Amino acid sequence: MTKKGILGKKVGMTQVFADNGELVPVTVVDVTPNVVLQVKTMETDGYEAVQLGFDEKRAVLSNKPEQGHIKKANTTPKRFVREINDVDLGDYQVGAEVKADTFAAGDMVDVTGTTKGHGYQGNIHKDGQRRGPTTHGSRYHRRPGSLGVIINRVVKGMKLPGRMGNNTVTIQNLEIVKADVENNVLLIKGNIPGANKTLVKVRTAVSAAKK
Amino acid sequence: MRQNQLIEKINQAQLRSDIPDFRAGDTVTVSVKVVEGDNERLQDFTGVVIKRRGAGIQATYTVRKISNGIGVERIFPVNSPRVDKVEVIRHGKVRRSKLYYLRDRQGKAARIKQSFKKR
Repeated sequence: MTKKGILGKKVGMTQVFADNGELVPVTVVDVTPNVVLQVKTMETDGYEAVQLGFDEKRAVLSNKPEQGHIKKANTTPKRFVREINDVDLGDYQVGAEVKADTFAAGDMVDVTGTTKGHGYQGNIHKDGQRRGPTTHGSRYHRRPGSLGVIINRVVKGMKLPGRMGNNTVTIQNLEIVKADVENNVLLIKGNIPGANKTLVKVRTAVSAAKK
Repeated sequence: MRQNQLIEKINQAQLRSDIPDFRAGDTVTVSVKVVEGDNERLQDFTGVVIKRRGAGIQATYTVRKISNGIGVERIFPVNSPRVDKVEVIRHGKVRRSKLYYLRDRQGKAARIKQSFKKR
């Protein structure tokens, strides 16, 4: 199985009918054609990857080095320039467009995105811990609990309050329900990380590629 | 609810225009496509619509009938491709949108007055 990838923007969720009448929950990913900006090879760069550009931006927002870079691919400035490694380079030529038909219905993909930021949160919201009794003089309501034995330091990985969310998360093995080239849309079964209108990376599933 | 135009487009493509207008209290026949082995046939389900809920692609309706003395309810998505057609047999005159009270009634008590009003 060839390993492929594309950049897109999460649009939101809806439902579509499957052939058997089942309503399938899907996430809509807008994949306006990506442009291959650079193909990185073992000889020249020491590793293999394909650099894709996605989403138009005004020319005034790009600087000289960027303009030189996109000129090689003969395209317009892109808002998001990301590398996707672990792909089969054979299919990618500099300047070529990568469209929704990269994937077909039934393909399994991994989707990477940045989760919603929740700010500074306590253990109950962040780690799913339970709270103490609110009354009967408990005086122990939403605290993090014991930090363990006294060794004059806190053990690494201890669940404590802190920043929650805004992490890069990959969800593996999601099914492509439909790849719509006309509307430049991928319909992916289930939910994917991140808020609407944020960048997501869609790649051939790691576990499916092994087969 | 304001939705993204792209999502709206995807939803619009799936909506059916051949479904007649019916409400809770109406008696309908729903022809469901049933797959038996290799061939497909239509199975009719006739009963009273006791509930309509949701909007757009998520909209469903519940049809209740008495089969061999046992109440049977089926929930159908309004835009389901597995429904061949919906036929309205009788318009009913009811005063609420969800007819859950029919579940506690049998026979004569579970009758619904016919409505001849034009909709």
